[in-house]
Amino acid sequence: MKYIDEFRDRDLARGLAAAIAAAADPTRQYRLMEFCGGHTHAIFRYGLADLMPANVRFIHGPGCPVCVLPMARIDHAITLATQHGVTLCTYADLMRVPAGERRSLLKAKAAGADIRMIYSTSDALRIAREDPGRQVVFFAIGFETTTPPTAVAAKVARAEGLKNFSIFCNHVLTPPALRTILATAGPDGVRLDGILGPSHVSTVIGSQPYGFVPERFGKPVVIAGFEPLDVMQSTLMLIRQLNEGRCEVENQYTRAVTAQGNRKAQALMAEVFRPRETFEWRGLGFLPDSALRLADDYADLDAERRFAVTIGEVREVKGCECPAILRGVKEPTDCKLFGTVCTPDNPMGSCMVSSEGACAAYWGYGRFRKVEG
Amino acid sequence: MCLAIPARITAIDPTGQSATVALGAVTRDCSLALIEDAAVGDYVLMHVGYALNRISPEEAQQTLALMREAGVLVDQDGLAPALADTAGPA
Ligand code: SF4
Repeated sequence: MKYIDEFRDRDLARGLAAAIAAAADPTRQYRLMEFCGGHTHAIFRYGLADLMPANVRFIHGPGCPVCVLPMARIDHAITLATQHGVTLCTYADLMRVPAGERRSLLKAKAAGADIRMIYSTSDALRIAREDPGRQVVFFAIGFETTTPPTAVAAKVARAEGLKNFSIFCNHVLTPPALRTILATAGPDGVRLDGILGPSHVSTVIGSQPYGFVPERFGKPVVIAGFEPLDVMQSTLMLIRQLNEGRCEVENQYTRAVTAQGNRKAQALMAEVFRPRETFEWRGLGFLPDSALRLADDYADLDAERRFAVTIGEVREVKGCECPAILRGVKEPTDCKLFGTVCTPDNPMGSCMVSSEGACAAYWGYGRFRKVEG
Repeated sequence: MCLAIPARITAIDPTGQSATVALGAVTRDCSLALIEDAAVGDYVLMHVGYALNRISPEEAQQTLALMREAGVLVDQDGLAPALADTAGPA
């Protein structure tokens, strides 16, 4: 397909691999964090780590919205469906994520809760229109990529006067997470030399918001597309910046990302949402101004205000290393449960559920690499 | 979760708010609520049923040209290592 196949071309990959090998200075290390789970997935699916010289390493970041959602939020959603009797609409990625007490949306659905998997926010609106007597809650998650469609849904619900539709908002923001990773990097945290910047998040927010990475933390960023050649070219661009002592925000994904991003989408988000003072991220803890809630103007559509839910303390599965993996300080193979107790069929942590999670990527594509290598 | 895929607009409804897009041989509905001035024939990045952005054909060509150039430069220098044989998608 156009814009896919040509960015997976074998000959170009060969040339880029050679260019990377030639550019990488054998006397130094290149520890590059790919922020996005989409990049993690591409790196494993196409075996990109194996095409790199030994001193060029990918470190997996926290950019998987399913992986960073704290268990308590899933418990909250399950409670909405089981105790408040709402129809809960959710993207499929969330269904199998483990919640407290070994629960999950999938298990709650099997036990009779009305939980529907949807492809688009328009499906949730349709479900609400078709059954006006029933409360329908959209379980909204995702980074800035997925937030604008939720904003559109809020506007449509408002315009149509849909009284039985509300949003359980869990949208999170990319720059604060990146800032936290960089602020804790160093001898005690993860060691990083550069960042492969978000792909589709950046189509919405643009490349400008990453200026703080070189300015405050002295690390180069290259906004990278999700296709394998995009990741390789971006890696080469980072290596060149580091070799030349440059430190700036560069954009490899120019076919879809501009400096300003999508202004219309940004305006919609600004109208419908406000930053939360704080929000919990799995692995990163509570981060200020890192997530969104519905603006006061849209409070009537806020499921957290419409339904009073209190969630007790939620305990992580003992032994699950997701939090350290999400900070880039551990690898899936450092987890004792990996591949034994925890597999995609029986996931113990969120990193094994989402195909963008590091554990699932290791399991699916890289499980034997270490052993053979 | 953040994955968006390239889709070609094949028809736009009279309201201008939604389109039919082609993903290879498959067609789907796609909301245009997040972009402006979309036209039939444009390629967009589609995510959860919404067009997030248009894809620039000129920039795509430019990127591919840079990728070709990077490889060619190395080949001329005779630096292509053996691992190049294993390159490419699985
Ligand atoms: S392998 Fe499973 S239990 Fe271990 S860190 Fe990954 S998701 Fe958690």
